[in-house]
Amino acid sequence: MAVTEDVTSGPINDRQQHWWSGLSLSSIPAPYWFVGVLMILLPVLVGPFMLFQVFGWALILGMIALSLMFLGGYGGMVSLVQMSVAACAAYMLAIFGDSAITQISLGWPWWIAIPIALIIATGFGTLSGALAVRTEGIYTIMITLAIASAFFYFTRQNYVLFNGFSGFNGVKPPQLFGVDWRQPIPFYYLTLFWAAVAYLSVLYVSRAPFGLALQGVRDNARRMEALGYNVTAHRIAAFVFASFIAAVAGILLVWLNGQVSPGTAGIGPAIDVLIIAVIGGLSRPVGPFIGAVIYVLLRTFALDFMVSIGLSGERFQLLVGLVFLAIVFWSPDGILGLWERWRNRMNATDKLTGEAHNKDGGSGP
Amino acid sequence: MKNFMARNPYWSLIIVLAICFLVWAIFAPWPPGFVDTFGRKKIFLNALFNGITLGALYFLVASGFTLIFGLMKNVNLAHGSLYLLGGYIGYDVANTTGWWLLSFVVVFVVVGAMGVLLQVLVFQRMEGEDLRQTLVTIGISIVVADLMLWYWGGDFYQILTPDWLSGPIKLPIVTAVKSSGEAVFLKYPYVRIVILVASIAVGLAMWLSLNKTRIGMLIRAGVDDRDMLSATGVRIQRVFVLVFAFGAGLAGVAGVVGGTFQSLAPGEDTRFLLASLVVVIVGGMGSIPGAALGALLIGLAEQFGSVYMPTYAVVLTFLIMVVVLAFRPQGLLGERR
Repeated sequence: MAVTEDVTSGPINDRQQHWWSGLSLSSIPAPYWFVGVLMILLPVLVGPFMLFQVFGWALILGMIALSLMFLGGYGGMVSLVQMSVAACAAYMLAIFGDSAITQISLGWPWWIAIPIALIIATGFGTLSGALAVRTEGIYTIMITLAIASAFFYFTRQNYVLFNGFSGFNGVKPPQLFGVDWRQPIPFYYLTLFWAAVAYLSVLYVSRAPFGLALQGVRDNARRMEALGYNVTAHRIAAFVFASFIAAVAGILLVWLNGQVSPGTAGIGPAIDVLIIAVIGGLSRPVGPFIGAVIYVLLRTFALDFMVSIGLSGERFQLLVGLVFLAIVFWSPDGILGLWERWRNRMNATDKLTGEAHNKDGGSGP
Repeated sequence: MKNFMARNPYWSLIIVLAICFLVWAIFAPWPPGFVDTFGRKKIFLNALFNGITLGALYFLVASGFTLIFGLMKNVNLAHGSLYLLGGYIGYDVANTTGWWLLSFVVVFVVVGAMGVLLQVLVFQRMEGEDLRQTLVTIGISIVVADLMLWYWGGDFYQILTPDWLSGPIKLPIVTAVKSSGEAVFLKYPYVRIVILVASIAVGLAMWLSLNKTRIGMLIRAGVDDRDMLSATGVRIQRVFVLVFAFGAGLAGVAGVVGGTFQSLAPGEDTRFLLASLVVVIVGGMGSIPGAALGALLIGLAEQFGSVYMPTYAVVLTFLIMVVVLAFRPQGLLGERR
């Protein structure tokens, strides 16, 4: 990982500078400017439906997939429990906060309900992680899949707390600063803000000592253990961080949908999150967001597309499955991997002239 | 066995007592006080037998899964799709030809051939890449599930039990004693008994061929050290293809069995994939006796759960998995590597 070199190869006194010294505007790469300005100006460009149902949803799914990407890409632990963590936060918000199911919802104010929901969901994710890290590699996927389905069945069967099959509806964001946060534009900015925070924090953590140690654990757990790192603690800590991101996304998700039910965290959605992360690419934090936009666009417009080419719209899953299959078959590192290979091929022509090419090959965020 | 008893005298005592109690509970008529707390004996016995037959079905699905995993370290998350596909094909064959037994042969061959295709086209290309295999098989299961939904629709199918297997038989087990002193015997569907016996036979045959034949020796050697085996000149890819075909065929056959005493519908593939995951996690990856033990435990837990605590029956199975993982991460009969 070239990221490792960026940090460790610098002189020691670099570290003693203030953390904000690297944040001058000129040090932000051009693509960030472009994407950032585009995202902020998006409400001018597209209508409320695109803003709320497509980009709002994509950003939220992107955050959940980002938490999976953090675990999978940096920790080497592919966890299918992230969607359940998000749904757990959503449920807790509905239970402690306000919803249309007044006999269960406690109706506490948002500034108590949200932290409690975040804490409980993070705790749930951490516990699942603690179970999952007892085994390695491929077992993690199976165990988290089993935990995710246990959560699904439990919420479907439990009527006392989770209101069974129908779940909760009528969960609304608070009216803060006189803004109705359910309106498309405020809600879009809300999700954009939290998605950006999640993205930047993953980026930060991936270069912080903890993230580097985690990547070391991913590459060679035994060697890290010999170096004196507590491998299990690092893995569980990664689950804590990822679960927190998923929990924040879960709260946004319940505000977007206005409801949460067992179907939110079914086996299908849990695997969809994995699909999103893989389509985008597990190697960088921006991958999940790319994957989420593609997935949501497919999900929203595949029906029209398939009908227009004469297939019945019911075959949506087939289309998603085939796209997913094609990507994992030919490009295991997702769209990002395809793009990177294409760029490398473009750069490779420099070889003849002997110019220093590939200066930043694969090291960007 | 002796080792176990010498090392854990208290546990062995508890296990022996539990077995004695179980035997008593099965064969003796229950005293009234007992009936008050546990309900009627018939319900208990039915749950027990249903649990064992369900365990037999789970064993058929999971043994192929665990065999494939144990030998090749291939995680085949399309295993549930093979199960459901086998069931559907078996339904069509049994319906058109009218021969129930023929459907087993056809399904074993067809689904086994699918397994060969999977191994040759997918797994051989990405040997050792766990994550990629998992992802590709997830993709395959999504695509296959949708294709099956397209072709067979969303209806429930049930394969008809042939005449010579239908109807209940009387088991020599007393469920209750009438006031006249006449004993009432337990009646149980004949086909389920046959399925149970057949799965035990399959399990025994697998155990024998793994432990007593040349090919079984190769497979066991491959499980222990794949590279060394291929270095001795064994064409290991052929063994892989064979094992994959057998495991897949077994999943297909399990589909016919499941279609006969339960039903086939979209979503059953995920259910049986999860069941076999839990079974092999509980029993121990790659171990056939482990799969048998895990399948029995999970089948019993599901049936007793649905009788005595109906709301949380499904959660109970996962609870067992969590407890096993917490105390013995390699599974009950798994070996730590």
